[in-house]
Amino acid sequence: MSQATLQIVKISGHAGTVPGAGVERAEQVCKLVDTTTCIGCKACEVACLEWNGYQFTETTFDNSYQTMPETAWNYWNLIKFNEHEREDGTLQLLMRKDQCMHCADPGCLAACPADGAIVQYANGIVDFQQQNCIGCGYCVSGCPFDIPKFNPTTKKMFKCTLCADRVTVGLEPACIKACPTGCLHFGTKDDMKAIAENRAEQLREHFDFKDAGVYDPAGVGGTGVIYVLHDVKNPEAYGGLPHDPHIPWVVRVWKGPAKWLGNLAMVGGILGVALHYLRFGPKEVDASKDGGPQP
Amino acid sequence: MTVSQTISSAPAASDSGRKLLRYTFSERVNHWIAGLTYVYCLMTGLAFWSPYLFWLATIVGGGPTARFWHPWFGIVFTVSVFAMYKAWRIDMRTTDADLAWKKAIPYYIRNEDEKLPPIGRFNYGQKLFFWLMFYGAITLLISGLALWFVESIPWSLRWLRYLAIFLHVTAGLATIGGFIIHVYMGAAMVRGGFNSIVRGEVSATWARTHHRLWYERITQQKTSQH
Repeated sequence: MSQATLQIVKISGHAGTVPGAGVERAEQVCKLVDTTTCIGCKACEVACLEWNGYQFTETTFDNSYQTMPETAWNYWNLIKFNEHEREDGTLQLLMRKDQCMHCADPGCLAACPADGAIVQYANGIVDFQQQNCIGCGYCVSGCPFDIPKFNPTTKKMFKCTLCADRVTVGLEPACIKACPTGCLHFGTKDDMKAIAENRAEQLREHFDFKDAGVYDPAGVGGTGVIYVLHDVKNPEAYGGLPHDPHIPWVVRVWKGPAKWLGNLAMVGGILGVALHYLRFGPKEVDASKDGGPQP
Repeated sequence: MTVSQTISSAPAASDSGRKLLRYTFSERVNHWIAGLTYVYCLMTGLAFWSPYLFWLATIVGGGPTARFWHPWFGIVFTVSVFAMYKAWRIDMRTTDADLAWKKAIPYYIRNEDEKLPPIGRFNYGQKLFFWLMFYGAITLLISGLALWFVESIPWSLRWLRYLAIFLHVTAGLATIGGFIIHVYMGAAMVRGGFNSIVRGEVSATWARTHHRLWYERITQQKTSQH
C-alpha cells in the first residue's frame, strides 16, 4: 500500500529513477528582521495587504508613526515605532516589524480545540486553516505574542501565514519582496541564523551596540521569525517584544494534566453512581404504608 | 434528636392516595430550562474540552455552530439559575435539622432512611448541589464573558485571560460532578423524584418519608385552611 506522505527512496523491480527521491531536504524556513536597518517605510505592510487581498484601511493615529496600535485580523504585518532613551541620554527610534513569530512550539496550536484548525508544516510555518476554525479564541490566550485576531463577520481567526502559499511554490514572502533596505531576509533557519549572528557581531564590534544580539527565544523552541536587535537584553523596548516568551502555564496545565485528571474524575463519577445503584439500588417509598395497615 | 422523631414513625391514615404539590408549574418550567441549557453547554463545552469529545459538537450542528450558541445558552442557563435562587433561596438555607442529617449521611447512602433525622423541603445534599450550581453559574458566566470577549482584555492584563480559563474549567468540572450525582439521584435512585419535577406532585407517603418537616408544615397549613 502506498503511503503518499512518506517519501519513497527505493522501489523493487522498478526501471529508471525513483520519482521524487532526493529532490529536496525538508528545511526549516525563517524570516530575518534586522531592526538596525529598518527605516520604517511600511512597504512590507502594503505588500502584505496586497498579496493577501486586503484593503488598506484608515490609519489610527496614536501619537506615533505607527499605522495602528496593533495588528488586526486583516492587517497581519505592522511596524511598531518606539522612542527609547538610552543610558547616555541619547534617543533611539526603534522600528520593529511585528507579525506572527511562527514558533517551533506554538501556543495557539496547543490551545486550539478544533480538529485541524491550526497546522504546523514541516518547514516550520504555523498556519490557520479557517475552514476548520470554530472561532473560539483559545489561540488568543495561548499565544505569547498576542498575534491571532478575530474576524467578527466570518467568526474565524486570522494571522500572518508567512506567505505559505508563496513559499510552497518557491517564492519569498511578500513582505521580504517589498523591503527596500534589505533589512528583511528569507531563507533556511540555519542560514538566517548565520546572517543574523554575523550582523550582531558587526554591530558589537564596529558600532556602539555592545549588547547587540539575535532574538530567537528558546522558551517557544525558537521562532520562524528572528530579529537582530541593538540591545537583545531589552526586547520589551521594541513595542513589547517579550523577554522570555513561553506558552502560558495555565494553557499547559489545561491541555495536559488537567484534561486527564478531569476526564478521570468524570468517568469516576459515572462509575461511582453506577456502582452505588448496583450495590444499594433505589430508594423506594413503601406503598403498603400509604394509608395501609399501621405497622 | 430523639428516636421518636425519626422518619420511621407511623403514617397518618388520611395520607391514603393523597398527592402533595412539591414543585409549582413555574418552578418545573424553570428547572427544565436550566436542565436543557446546561446539557447543551455541557455537550458543547466537552467538545471544546477534549479532541476525543469533539464529536459532541458535530451532533449539535458542528464546531462553529456549537461555539456560536454555547455562550448564549450559558446566559439563559445563568438567568434560569438566578430565577431558582429567587424561588428557593429561603428553602435552601442550611438549618440545624440539616446538620443533624449531614451527620447521618452514611445511612442515606446505604438506603437506611429509617435511621435519618427529619428534614425540610430539601435535604442537605440538594442544598449543596443548589449552591454549587448557583456559585458555579456565576463563576462560569463571568469567566465565560472573559473567554467570549478575550480580545477586549488588554495585553497588559492578560493574566485575566489565563484566570478565566482556570475558573471556567474548574467551575465546569465541579458542576459536572454535581450534575452526575443530581441526574442519578433524580432519575434513578430516589423513586418519585423525577415525576415530582415533571408533574409537580409527590405522594404524601413520599413527602413524609423523605422530607418530614416539609410534609408536616404543608399538611398543617392545609388542615388549617380547610
